[in-house]
Amino acid sequence: MSHYFSNRETFKEIILIPVIATFLAISLGLLLLIFSGSSSEIALKALIALFLGSFGSLSAISETFTAATPLILAALGIAIGFRAGLFNIGAEGQIILGGMAAVIIGFSFHLPFVFHIIFVLLAGALFGAFYAFISGWLKAVTGAHEVITTIMLNLIAYRLLDFFLRISWIQKEGRNDPISKSILETAELPRIFYVLDPNLRVHTGFLIAIIAVLVVYWLIFHTTIGYEFRAVGKNLEASRYGGINPALTIIIAMSSAGLLAGLAGASQIAGILGRATPGFSAGIGFDAIAVALLGRAHPIGVLFAGILFGALIAGGREMQVSADVSLDLITVIQALIIIFIAAPILIQKLFPWIFK
Amino acid sequence: MKLKLNAISKSFGPVKANSNINLTVDNGEILGLLGENGAGKTTLMNILTGLYKPDSGTILIDNQLKEFQNPREANKSGVGMVHQHFMLVPVFSVTENIILGTEPTTRFNKIDLKTATDKVVKISSEYKLDVDPNALIEKLPVGIQQRVEIIKILLRNAEILIFDEPTAVLTPQEVTEFFEIIKSLKKTGKAIIFITHKLHEVLEICDRINVLRRGKIVGEAFPTKTNNKKLAELMVGRTVKLRTSRRKMEKGKELLKVNNLSILSDKKEPILTNIDLVLHQNEILGIAGVQGNGQTEFIEALTGLRKASTGKIVYFGKECINITPRKIHALGIRHIPEDRQKQGLIGDFSLIENIILNTYYEKDFSNNLKLNWLNAKKEARRIINQYDVRTNSEDISANKLSGGNQQKLLIGREMSRSINLLIASQPTRGVDVGSIEYIHSQIIKARNKGIGVILNSTELEEIIALSDRIIVFYEGKIIAEFPSNSDPKIIGLAMAGVK
Repeated sequence: MSHYFSNRETFKEIILIPVIATFLAISLGLLLLIFSGSSSEIALKALIALFLGSFGSLSAISETFTAATPLILAALGIAIGFRAGLFNIGAEGQIILGGMAAVIIGFSFHLPFVFHIIFVLLAGALFGAFYAFISGWLKAVTGAHEVITTIMLNLIAYRLLDFFLRISWIQKEGRNDPISKSILETAELPRIFYVLDPNLRVHTGFLIAIIAVLVVYWLIFHTTIGYEFRAVGKNLEASRYGGINPALTIIIAMSSAGLLAGLAGASQIAGILGRATPGFSAGIGFDAIAVALLGRAHPIGVLFAGILFGALIAGGREMQVSADVSLDLITVIQALIIIFIAAPILIQKLFPWIFK
Repeated sequence: MKLKLNAISKSFGPVKANSNINLTVDNGEILGLLGENGAGKTTLMNILTGLYKPDSGTILIDNQLKEFQNPREANKSGVGMVHQHFMLVPVFSVTENIILGTEPTTRFNKIDLKTATDKVVKISSEYKLDVDPNALIEKLPVGIQQRVEIIKILLRNAEILIFDEPTAVLTPQEVTEFFEIIKSLKKTGKAIIFITHKLHEVLEICDRINVLRRGKIVGEAFPTKTNNKKLAELMVGRTVKLRTSRRKMEKGKELLKVNNLSILSDKKEPILTNIDLVLHQNEILGIAGVQGNGQTEFIEALTGLRKASTGKIVYFGKECINITPRKIHALGIRHIPEDRQKQGLIGDFSLIENIILNTYYEKDFSNNLKLNWLNAKKEARRIINQYDVRTNSEDISANKLSGGNQQKLLIGREMSRSINLLIASQPTRGVDVGSIEYIHSQIIKARNKGIGVILNSTELEEIIALSDRIIVFYEGKIIAEFPSNSDPKIIGLAMAGVK
């Protein structure tokens, strides 16, 4: 960690509070299970399944990382927004746009293997960036609040996707339901452990996410652009005084956020889904907000928070199968984590001896 | 009522904000409480008004032991405070503000505005406060707003009145009127605590002076037996120069010329009208005026932070109106903004990050994209050493520094790069006496080196002490110009709009 820039968040804020919040949320979730009539035996089974399903085997870990990949990418974008003082609710829409672009490029071009993938990812990133740019531009030019515009653009994206899936040259031949053609094999992100076991789903998108973590870290803390993001986010007046153009900075920050969300959408299409269906974004854009919050808008924090949320999703599936506990419990646990994160003082009051 | 504080101590973590403080005020007495920022005045008053509980020590009012759980209890015991920043609702009338929280009601819980107004009128005439009970707060000058605050605590039967830096926002005329009010309060037997860091004021108005330094009462003095210098030494703990010596200097070449500059607000109302001025090298031009008469906007226009509507700004013979702050910076024009926390610094940023706030894009600190943190750190260290910023690390965030040290950091940043014109706004606001002395000497040093300085300050004393020439802003116009060493009373009149 460098000693030049303000990472004023102390150890307790960065590590302790998220860890305690997670621990508390899981405990409360299990208590909820018991109160709703399950035996404590089932609760214990659920807890074990949660752990085994997320980290208990190579295939469990593979599932955890698979689920974490789009979350990390989109959350990095949201974290950039937070740093620049922007609350980007629009990752969902940006993922959809990015995914749509990836599908089209994926099935309509015949290109050699690596080039095709790069083309697919680039298209996804650019479309995501463009979609977020609209919100950034509106904010910079008219002052329209990004929370409102990104929510509205999400709704438009959903309907746009419905429309898009029924266009004849996109819709799968011989199907009446809204589903796109599948991308070509050359456009697929290869699985990392293909040689080991072809069923391990974790794909190279996860490596891209890790590279993105490093790049965003460098961008935020070691470049003039990142400095501008953070200055505008912390103190708009002072950034103007310092010769920064806040309007331009907001547009760039918002577009970068969309770029990463679009990449998340493309990686999801090229790595897992292979085609687009209504609702393929699966709320990842909203979960990513939680991940960015849990990661305290710090790239490294986002990496770990993304893996944790990935683990909850993977473990939750196992919990459903082996303990017959509804996947909704995971949603409750995720929500509780965020509530505890948003109320750090509550945690400090609950465990005063830890924060002495 | 008679107030007695007995061995009051209060710590925040390792910091002893108050230690073993003894203090008494009698009825009909004005006690001056003098101390620098951070000396513990605010903590002490927060204890007295029930906001904090002391770690040890007792509060006696009329020899009765009091333990306040909250401000309301202190209020009931007759302690009232007029804060430096008024607690008024701008869109409410005087009466509505005064009764806020203790509204008298008729049947069916309807507010009884009539009774309330009568009460306000009664108190207003009793103490010759002369306040219109139906006026809207936002339409009133600051001096009158302060009287509203006074009526507010009198209506709550305060017998022990605390004034926190009451003259900070007033014009010289308003200060005189305020002193009259305090004297009449004193005559009716109120006990008054007057908190300030202005030496001449305690000498003028107080019966007795207690000096607070680093949480302790370090001395007691009587206005008749002491003077400015002795008090300042008590307050700072060492000898200080109250007036920075300023030798006369021939003014140099013309540096800046402002011609017919006007600014309109968003609603097309004039904020500044037809400003003309010239600044030379080796010259300090003081802008005096009560806050809110267009000085802020004028400086924003000079520094590119606000668009001017018409006029010309010529710098070294070059037009530079309505260009970006970055271009203005490149011309060697440096700006110490009036609000260091809002504009000049980013509180959450480290000192290193703050040092490059308006130079991060220059090649010393970055190559197009990558920041050079090593150079930034070196520069921060250099400025911290050279400008005597008291901190144990350049890595802490700026809001951890005291006001004086923040200001020194800011001044160091602006003065250490190539500079031709310094625009300093309120350079010593909220800064301790020791730092004021230092900042003034830096400004004069800059002027002696050939830099032109525009000094904007609402502290008339500061303007007079430093300026070679003084102009007065009133309602968006330059209403008068004075040579250095003019009579403060005449300048004060101009500040109030009298030509």
